[in-house]
Amino acid sequence: MADYKALYQEVILDHNKKPRNYGTLEHPSHHAEGHNPLCGDHLSVALQLQGETIDQIAFHGESCAICKASASMMTAAVKGKTRADAQALTQEFLAMATGKLDLNQPNQIGRLAVFAGVRDLPTRVKCAILPWHTLQAAFNSQGTASTEA
Amino acid sequence: MNARLPDMTPAARATGFDVERVRADFPILQIEVEGRPLVYLDNAASSQMPQPVMDRLVRYQSTEHANIHRAVYTLSERATTAYEEARRQLQRFINAPDEREVIFTSGTTEAINLVMHGYGRKFIKAGDEIILTTLEHHSNIVPWQMLAEETGAIIRVLPINDAGELCLDEFEPLFNARTKLVGVSHVSNALGSINPIKQMIALAHRHGVPVLVDGAQAVPHLAVDVQDLDCDFYAFSGHKLCGPTGIGVLYGKAELLEKMQPFKGGGDMILSVSFEKTVYNTIPHKFEAGTPPIAAAIGLGAAVDYLSAIGMDSIAQHEHALLQYATGQLGALPGLRLIGTASNKAAVLSFTLDGIHPHDIGTLLNQDGIAVRTGHHCAQPVMTRFKVPATTRASFAFYNRMAEVDALVAGIRSVQKMFA
Repeated sequence: MADYKALYQEVILDHNKKPRNYGTLEHPSHHAEGHNPLCGDHLSVALQLQGETIDQIAFHGESCAICKASASMMTAAVKGKTRADAQALTQEFLAMATGKLDLNQPNQIGRLAVFAGVRDLPTRVKCAILPWHTLQAAFNSQGTASTEA
Repeated sequence: MNARLPDMTPAARATGFDVERVRADFPILQIEVEGRPLVYLDNAASSQMPQPVMDRLVRYQSTEHANIHRAVYTLSERATTAYEEARRQLQRFINAPDEREVIFTSGTTEAINLVMHGYGRKFIKAGDEIILTTLEHHSNIVPWQMLAEETGAIIRVLPINDAGELCLDEFEPLFNARTKLVGVSHVSNALGSINPIKQMIALAHRHGVPVLVDGAQAVPHLAVDVQDLDCDFYAFSGHKLCGPTGIGVLYGKAELLEKMQPFKGGGDMILSVSFEKTVYNTIPHKFEAGTPPIAAAIGLGAAVDYLSAIGMDSIAQHEHALLQYATGQLGALPGLRLIGTASNKAAVLSFTLDGIHPHDIGTLLNQDGIAVRTGHHCAQPVMTRFKVPATTRASFAFYNRMAEVDALVAGIRSVQKMFA
């Protein structure tokens, strides 16, 4: 029996209540909107690249606790990282959320491991990965990301 | 199948309905989910199937199955007889005057699309108008938008008030000489509002306009009499009615069905085919191209007989008691906002909790074995009207117990505690 309540650990509830980097940037170099058409969730991610380094990042939107906490922890994790490092971390996060990452092997996941439990909740995986897809859309300047793409 | 009336509890004896006896017919209600007894409160999405319906499906597949309306051998005749008997069972269930007016479809969505293609594409032209309501499920919006896009017809929308009731005063002013069709749900899937469709149909008919009723959420919960309503079309699904998925019904008045064009072309819907000229079959077969879901239709026939044996009035009475109890219990919870408070309602409770997203509520209630629907319920205009992105919806059936309302309330309290 999967204990879904374990997924809602203190850390996720804390980030849901007090999201980090929540808001907008005045002049972002990159930004994108993310949508989950199945639940109507949306969030926008804006960032300021200084060369190849993420100097500033912010997000805002309407979403569930898992999505909001994932966005909050994502922004905290990638701030100060290079685009390449952020993209590598994104790949690891997506792999973890879909149960394809061996957490016993060396990785950069760190505190983001609290989201590993979503792999047992197929309907909620999309909530956790939406911010990361939106970050990639921002890098690629696609403008919008969707969980149904 | 007889209603199971003996051995009732004293409470049940007063109402003539014993929920525990009914529950014994549903194997799935005995299972556990996440180590807790299943509390199934998503009946507006799909209902569960009682053993007599499953038995009927097994009997059909074991002893009667062949293709229908085709061959002369015994099995094919048995299958054809059983399929056409199912049509008569459905006819009786909604009190249709003529069995030819009962068309089997894959469900409500296909039934509405059938009317759009068969009636709309033939009779609705550029500048003509279709009246819908804010309460409609996407399946009674999107087909008409597709038609409007194709033909240049115009969609006008009857709004709802803050309780989720149709603004009836604004209905008649929507009519004019170009009005060609009214599409309205009998019961709202998102809010449970029961619409005054008999009154609306009479008004539309005074303007010479036919009415299509989306009855998907009504037939499982109240006695529907299409002759009393005088509706022109009535659509519903089998799987919300204790029947199988993949089967539904379009009732239509014969005079309308006869002048409509076929929806899908193929076998069974023709009388003769040559490359020079094809003659279409008579109704209802004109609209049932190809091999239909025979077993599903027969299963649905068994399902409506099962419900009739219990009695739709008893079902409505029990569900109303559940609605009243649940409305009182949920309404007393701080931070809970009920969306949809129509004075005439089916047992559907849509709600939001302050500061907690419906998907988090749904996931956490599941941990307690409670199945509810979360999201926009395929009724985004309703969500927009109430300025919420989504709600949590508990929808009851006649096999739900009062104790399941208590389980839901306890579950909500525990979610609120986690997020406090």
